[in-house]
Amino acid sequence: MAKKPIGPVRRDFAPWESGNAKPFIEFRNVTKRFGDFTAVDNLSLTIYEREFFALLGGSGCGKTTMMRMLGGFEEPSAGEIFLDGQNLAGVPPYRRPANMMFQSYALFPHMNVEKNIAFGLRQDKLPKGEIEARVQQMLKLVKLEEFARRKPHQLSGGQRQRVALARSIAKKPKVLLLDEPLGALDRKLREETQFELMDLQTELGMTFLIVTHDQEEAMTVADRIAVMDKGRIIQVATPAEIYETPNSRFVADFIGSINLIEAKVAAKNEAATRLKAPNLDREIAVSQPTEAGVGDTVWFAIRPEKVRLGFDAPQNGAANAAEAEIWDIGYLGDVSIFHARVAEDLILKSTVANITRTVERPISWDDKVWLSWDEDAGVILTR
Amino acid sequence: MRKGPSWFNLTSLVFGFAFLYLPIVLLVIYSFNESRLVTVWAGFSTKWYGEMLRNQQLLDAAWVTARVAFTSATIATVLGTIAALVLVRSGRFLGRTLFSGMIYAPLVMPEVILGLSLLLLFVAVDQARGFWTVMIAHTTFSMCYVAVVVQSRLAGFDRSVEEAAMDLGCPPFKTFFAITLPIILPGVIAGWMLAFTLSLDDLVIASFTTGPGATTLPMKIYSQVRLGVTPEINAVCTVLVGVVTLGVIAASLVTKQQEARRQRDIRRAEAQG
Amino acid sequence: MVDIAAPASEVEAAPAPKKRRSLGGWVLIAVPYAWLLFFFLAPFFIVFKISLSEIAVAIPPYLPTFDLSEGWQGIRENFAAFSLDNYLWLTEDALYWKSYLSSVWIAATSTAITLVIGYPLAYGMARAPAAWRPTLLMLVILPFWTSFLIRVYAWIGILKNEGLLNQALLAIGVIDDPLTILNTNVAVYIGIVYSYLPFLVLPLYATLEKLDESLLEAASDLGCPPWKAFWTITMPLSLPGVIAGCFLVFIPAVGEFVIPDLLGGSETLMIGKTLWNEFFANRDWPVSSAVAVILLLILVVPIVLFQNQQQRASEKNS
Repeated sequence: MAKKPIGPVRRDFAPWESGNAKPFIEFRNVTKRFGDFTAVDNLSLTIYEREFFALLGGSGCGKTTMMRMLGGFEEPSAGEIFLDGQNLAGVPPYRRPANMMFQSYALFPHMNVEKNIAFGLRQDKLPKGEIEARVQQMLKLVKLEEFARRKPHQLSGGQRQRVALARSIAKKPKVLLLDEPLGALDRKLREETQFELMDLQTELGMTFLIVTHDQEEAMTVADRIAVMDKGRIIQVATPAEIYETPNSRFVADFIGSINLIEAKVAAKNEAATRLKAPNLDREIAVSQPTEAGVGDTVWFAIRPEKVRLGFDAPQNGAANAAEAEIWDIGYLGDVSIFHARVAEDLILKSTVANITRTVERPISWDDKVWLSWDEDAGVILTR
Repeated sequence: MRKGPSWFNLTSLVFGFAFLYLPIVLLVIYSFNESRLVTVWAGFSTKWYGEMLRNQQLLDAAWVTARVAFTSATIATVLGTIAALVLVRSGRFLGRTLFSGMIYAPLVMPEVILGLSLLLLFVAVDQARGFWTVMIAHTTFSMCYVAVVVQSRLAGFDRSVEEAAMDLGCPPFKTFFAITLPIILPGVIAGWMLAFTLSLDDLVIASFTTGPGATTLPMKIYSQVRLGVTPEINAVCTVLVGVVTLGVIAASLVTKQQEARRQRDIRRAEAQG
Repeated sequence: MVDIAAPASEVEAAPAPKKRRSLGGWVLIAVPYAWLLFFFLAPFFIVFKISLSEIAVAIPPYLPTFDLSEGWQGIRENFAAFSLDNYLWLTEDALYWKSYLSSVWIAATSTAITLVIGYPLAYGMARAPAAWRPTLLMLVILPFWTSFLIRVYAWIGILKNEGLLNQALLAIGVIDDPLTILNTNVAVYIGIVYSYLPFLVLPLYATLEKLDESLLEAASDLGCPPWKAFWTITMPLSLPGVIAGCFLVFIPAVGEFVIPDLLGGSETLMIGKTLWNEFFANRDWPVSSAVAVILLLILVVPIVLFQNQQQRASEKNS
């Protein structure tokens, strides 16, 4: 069966699918313990050259520890890390071909922008002319030419962020580590910078590893995302795959908004499954096979934007429909979110794009509506 | 996360603290020496403490010192707290630089200059020297220490709580006693303790400004020390060190306990929330 | 790290507002202000005035004395009687300028030694696990609370010829004859370093502890080995603490009296001791006043520098 593509793809770039691509960064069964707290738990991960990879998770999930182990600021309690074929065990940070952009930026307050950017190059004892040329190039890249002589405290948040970025890429490291790089910026600037980062990564052809708790940021910039929880990786996939085919309730719930319906497998074949939920009158039909056996409890997950909302009842007795009452409405401008009460203990969310400015028949509180969805709109989750 | 201290850091800590504490520890140990020779150990004895308690001059001096320290610390705390408030709160006013200069300068001014200048002032205004002149002298320099201590406490003060009090109808004067003072109280108490020990400690300024009948303990110790080291002086010093140490430790334990309780309450509240 | 993200211009652009003050506010300022003016500043003028007077066998032992009852005429005569003789005397007798020089030299050397001992200590404290730090801080502050005189006294028993240090060194066989340390300049150095160590360690610890550790990680990340990062990052950033600490040791050490008197010997010349002797032994108030005035002039520059630094630091904090 041919796999249908999911979401937008970078057509020429998917080394993780080829099966024989050489891994660039490799975590092999890495564990990190702080006292009796296990921050990273027997974790393996492969990242490829020129990939923009995101580690995504809530605070304390171990994502920062992963990055700090790669940077050399923490040593793994067990397991090994390889970078471009080199085992990094025992290599101090100042000898690793990885550079990090710190969450706090960690700009040296007593040095001006130029000196900050040149700092790494000076450590390599490059000729003076070469350092100057590279610093100029970096300043131009981050559009800070006029600010070369300023000290960090004379810069705005966004400018500081760009200095930190320039400093960390000045040495042309094999991999750039970005620790919540945009966390301190306001929303608008953050969105702009996300796209700048992507362009920069393509331009430099470097491998980027970003740590973030912001799912939108990870989805925007990354080729692949690893969703982490409690020191383990739950799923590694492209943003679209993570969103459309989460492998667990945790991922489904962590990324975006989701409706989760507990149900039992009623019937199944190798191409499709039918579920029966106790609080839905009609069956749920899914064009997806499942490993779960008939009678097993599973969860049906469907994104709110894939739930249609209408006043007209769908065909009598057909699957994937439910009658509901509007419980709450949230108007966000581009979309509206409806909370529709299907049963005593089941409220489903539906987002409707506001494609016109006016609506002929507006939906209001307490309206009786019908919810419906397609067979390939949702996924079956077994864990 | 921090790793354990490196051997270098550990060594500097051990040596640094050994240097700071060894002399005092030795002094305390030899105060229990049987022998009159301070440097030869001849067995444990508390006889020098008995000797000390029978020395009426010493006890008189201690009593004078305690009175001077208590009075000057109290006045210095009031003045110093006001000075700190002025420094932190008053914005710009005429002579602010002079004022802050007069607060910081005594912290580093050689004691001989302070002592001499105060004495000459007392002579010029024809003030008989004694308890009061020593007390005023001590108040003058210790209020600056109080001001600095309280100032650091005020620097981290969230003014919106005062504004909230005034917004709720509390006049400024009342706000100070109901809101500000309780919050900066740890700093004020620390300031008082500092002023008290500074006064307890001072030899030079007291020597200049004192008069008949107002010999302080440090002056007494000094005159005996000049004659040579004796276990009796060791005993006096041990008592002084003990009193101060107990005071400081008790104060820090109380603050630590309060802080621990506060943290526990916060955690509990969060757990409930 | 909210602080780092906040635009610095906003932090700096908030000058202390010039407020309208109530009568109560003025009284509040006036009380400590007046106290310091009268008991701290005014005495300096008196010292200056007396330094221009002559010694006399009288009570008080100097001439002329102010007597306002003599009116304007009396004051004029008073001024006419002022002379610079005492200052000339200070330049004539080598004792004085030698004392000044030697005081500055001893204070500077002791400050340098204190820095060498205090920096590793402060650094070790700042790098210690966070849970230890309050205790370590307290251990540094504690000697500061105990009597200065007692701490100096404690060294006499250690440094004496038959003292504990010599006993220990003889016992382990490092030396055959006891070293003469007490009543030499070495003992004075030891005494100053020991007494003033906490003054240097505290401000230094405060700056080192505030040092953002991610700066060192960033340096290391950019290829800078730790020992080099110390010189390029830690040292320059801790400089305000070093300077404050050195001032806190140097300035009072120049005028130190107790330490040279108890630990130093006859060859130890320090101006504090000279002043004390001039005042208590010779009862020459005018000359000791002149000595104080010159000492103050020497210290004015470091004191002003120190105050500027303190003010900048406190403005930065608030």
